Amino acid sequence: MDTAAPTLVEVDRVRQLYPKGSGENLLVLDDVSMKLRKDEIVSLLGRSGCGKSSLLRIIAGLMPASEGKVAIGGRDVAGPAQEVAMVFQTFALFPWLTVLENVEIGLEALRIDSAERHKRALAAIDLIGLDGYESAYPKELSGGMRQRVGLARALVVHPKVLLMDEPFSALDVLTAETLRTDLLDLWSEGRMPISSILLVTHNIEEAVLMSDRILVFSSNPGRVVAEIPVTLPMPRNRLDPAFRQMVDDIYALMTARPAGKQAQGAFPGTGISMLLPRVSPNLMAGLMETLAAAPYHGHADLPALAGPLHMEIDDLFPVAETLQLLRFAELAEGDLRLTEAGRRFVDLDPDGRKRLFAQHLLAYVPLAGHIRRVLDERGAHRAPASRFRDELEDHMSEQFADQTLRSVTSWGRYAESFAYDEATGVFSLDNPS
Amino acid sequence: MAMIRKDRPVAKPLGLGGEGLLPNLYDLAIFVLIAGVFVLIAHGAHEMTAPAARLASEPITLDPANLPEYALRTTLRMFAAILVSLLFTFVVATLAAKSRKAELVIVPALDILQSVPVLGFLTFTVVFFLGLFPGSEFGAECAAIFAIFTSQAWNMAFSFYQSLRTVPRDLDEVSRHFQLSPWLRFWRLEAPFAAPGLIWNTMMSMSGGWFFVVASEAITVGDTTVKLPGIGSWLAVAIDAKDIHAVILAVLVMAAVILAYDQLLFRPIVAWADKFRFEQTAAPRRPRSWVYDLWRRGKVVRRLSPAIGWMAARISRLPLGFARPARPAHNSGTGRLRDRLWLLAVLAAVAYALWRIALFTHASLSAEDVLAAIGFGLLTLARVVVLIALASVIWVPIGVWIGLRPWAATRVQPVAQFLAAFPANVLFPMAVVVIVREHLDPDIWLSPLMVLGTQWYILFNVIAGASAFPTDLREVSTLFRLRTWQWWRKVIVPGILPYYVTGALTASGGSWNASIVAEVASWGDTRLRAAGLGSYIADASAAGDYPRVVLGIVVMSVMVVACNRLVWRPLYRLAERRFRLD
Repeated sequence: MDTAAPTLVEVDRVRQLYPKGSGENLLVLDDVSMKLRKDEIVSLLGRSGCGKSSLLRIIAGLMPASEGKVAIGGRDVAGPAQEVAMVFQTFALFPWLTVLENVEIGLEALRIDSAERHKRALAAIDLIGLDGYESAYPKELSGGMRQRVGLARALVVHPKVLLMDEPFSALDVLTAETLRTDLLDLWSEGRMPISSILLVTHNIEEAVLMSDRILVFSSNPGRVVAEIPVTLPMPRNRLDPAFRQMVDDIYALMTARPAGKQAQGAFPGTGISMLLPRVSPNLMAGLMETLAAAPYHGHADLPALAGPLHMEIDDLFPVAETLQLLRFAELAEGDLRLTEAGRRFVDLDPDGRKRLFAQHLLAYVPLAGHIRRVLDERGAHRAPASRFRDELEDHMSEQFADQTLRSVTSWGRYAESFAYDEATGVFSLDNPS
Repeated sequence: MAMIRKDRPVAKPLGLGGEGLLPNLYDLAIFVLIAGVFVLIAHGAHEMTAPAARLASEPITLDPANLPEYALRTTLRMFAAILVSLLFTFVVATLAAKSRKAELVIVPALDILQSVPVLGFLTFTVVFFLGLFPGSEFGAECAAIFAIFTSQAWNMAFSFYQSLRTVPRDLDEVSRHFQLSPWLRFWRLEAPFAAPGLIWNTMMSMSGGWFFVVASEAITVGDTTVKLPGIGSWLAVAIDAKDIHAVILAVLVMAAVILAYDQLLFRPIVAWADKFRFEQTAAPRRPRSWVYDLWRRGKVVRRLSPAIGWMAARISRLPLGFARPARPAHNSGTGRLRDRLWLLAVLAAVAYALWRIALFTHASLSAEDVLAAIGFGLLTLARVVVLIALASVIWVPIGVWIGLRPWAATRVQPVAQFLAAFPANVLFPMAVVVIVREHLDPDIWLSPLMVLGTQWYILFNVIAGASAFPTDLREVSTLFRLRTWQWWRKVIVPGILPYYVTGALTASGGSWNASIVAEVASWGDTRLRAAGLGSYIADASAAGDYPRVVLGIVVMSVMVVACNRLVWRPLYRLAERRFRLD
């Protein structure tokens, strides 16, 4: 990596706020600065909701930053710039256009005449290994092939910077790996007309495998918490001890407790207004059982756990953090360790599990305790959900309030701490038994 | 009349979307505005009646040799109307989707306009257009085309608007990212995305349109009688002449025309538009059309197609419009001021409309008139309720039976759709002949005519729902050996409810409209009349009594809107929330 290389993209103290229903705005990106230089691949690594996709869209000119500015090639971004092209997580292909027409769309918008357009599109299709598929419609292609179309469509406009928004996360493991390798080959052979790549990902191994630098984002709000240069030689080997060590270090970094937060502070918000993730009690029980059994015996390294379970960090972290919130496990430095209560839970029968879960739920999830208290206090032992929803919406967006309430409802039902009738929207204590 | 079609993600049918039960202030304002426009046109029409009295045209003769030409004229009217409707759709729906201010007015207006019985309004429009083109047939042609237009434009516009509003986010981002001009964006993204929904709604509109074209060709307003050459006029003359053979001939020709238009025009279009369905997986069963296959196989055509494609591509690349600014406009002070001014303008228009309505009705209507109209309205309401209930009792079991048997469904479904398209008013004379001959009570026996044409909507929607019912759920209920009644109550009725509600909503809306021609019928010089709001409007039209026509229309609109809000919308929402299967 040559630090003297010219800067292509410069992000300067960008902040991104989303208006909430009431009160202050939701801060998604807080004071993010970064540079993308010529001839490098940089990954933005973080969990869902850390604002990394927002940052990519700001750079692409698809949405304006609330504060701060972005410059591409020295000019401020005020709309989609010629120098960048984006590859989408969902491929974003027009289903009614053929592969060729999809690739040509960007050139068409540039009003390039049809002979030239054809030539360039065919060259891109050829480069990306799609020849023979020119007249196919996207629905006839597999996911991997579709993403190749997305890649060809981005390359054909000859951008300087390729922006990739989790480009491999909608693909199965094998296809994703093939596509990554092909992309890296094209990159290292210098056959793509681009100068650098900015890759958004939540896959730690992918980031280590592909990039020259990794920017690790924290969540809520999104901040760059670490910048990690990756100097391992290409092509990289996932089994190389240095590679493993780097993955372990990043796991540890991402599970480190931010200074000044409470032990339960994995989730944004405090008290009853804590934002709860959608994690089913079955999944929690499943993870605890796996953790208690061999070869982990109650203590696992997260990367070692994630691999065999085929869980990416966006799947694994919420479960681990919920277990931590409920004091069934402890999460620190990339390790997950069952607590005494967690071990006890695994050994109990279904009814015993429910009782233990209920105790922890009411004690450690403030919203659950709050709902139960309100129901206990009321003569009829009934309370409308709207009441709690309003309380939540004072602190979070409507969507998050809905998610939080759904989570607590699901946990409360499992624990039989309270019941909920969806048709009337009323919490109650009557459990049909 | 937006329909649910199997295996297609559909937008909510018009009239079923939206939140609360009660009309909001905006709905009310729009309603007043629409009523005000009626009043203004009625007023204008009244002024123009005199000079437009005579229409020089060849008399309609019951010579079978003329029938093909009449059929052609009728069909042409239909296509003229559909073109106007498409134009309206593209302009108005685009406006509603792109401008928030326009949206606030247009969307509730579409909702209310589709509940207005356009047939009752025919009298004004005929007189109005005759006045625009005095002494020529063109005015009457315009009136007929306008009548068809008003029966079909609203759901098309609504479908297109909803498609524009639900363009997938990633494709929107791609379009903005590659800086597609609005014109290119329309052709590459918006029009293709909206195509399946729009084509389906256009088809439904055409189906409804045949009814109106027949009703609007021969019309009497006061002492002006207009008979445009067409199947509707042929029918009117046949009724006057008590010529049952001519009536049967008209039925046959109508059937042939509808069959031809379905096979030659709409099937091919639906087969072609299949590629615009927004799905990333290939559907197992694709719509087919022999005409489309022929078209694709033909030699000449194979040369022609690229030429058409090339033309279309040229058009879509015309350098029209400029790239959209990337930054969404912030809600600045001037924006808020403009919002207020807009609101003020709407309020002023509402006030003016109210004033005109008051002026218009005060002169000739009393409180008794209003009460009478409401009384007649309740009578017609009772008919609609009873008939829809009867039709449901008959067609839901039959539809379920057919829908659960794929071999039957594929055969019956096109027939049901054909019957829904067939203009029932062509069949009315036959029923009237029976009633006259058997001396039946018109108050009861004219009523079934109201659902004659609309009951099929229930049938084919139920068939669609039952065909879409998942096999595993059926197998479960078989395994548990559910009793018949239990199976109906717990399994199949909840399973088809969203489809049924859509069908019943369309059927009841259509029945209200049909009441205007169904509650009054004649055969030669025998006139049958059933007491109700439909006959109230029909009589007032025939007498040229505009205030009562307006009153009748307004009462009917209120009742239709109330039915939609109080019955269908909650039912549909329940069905959506509780009984959705995907």
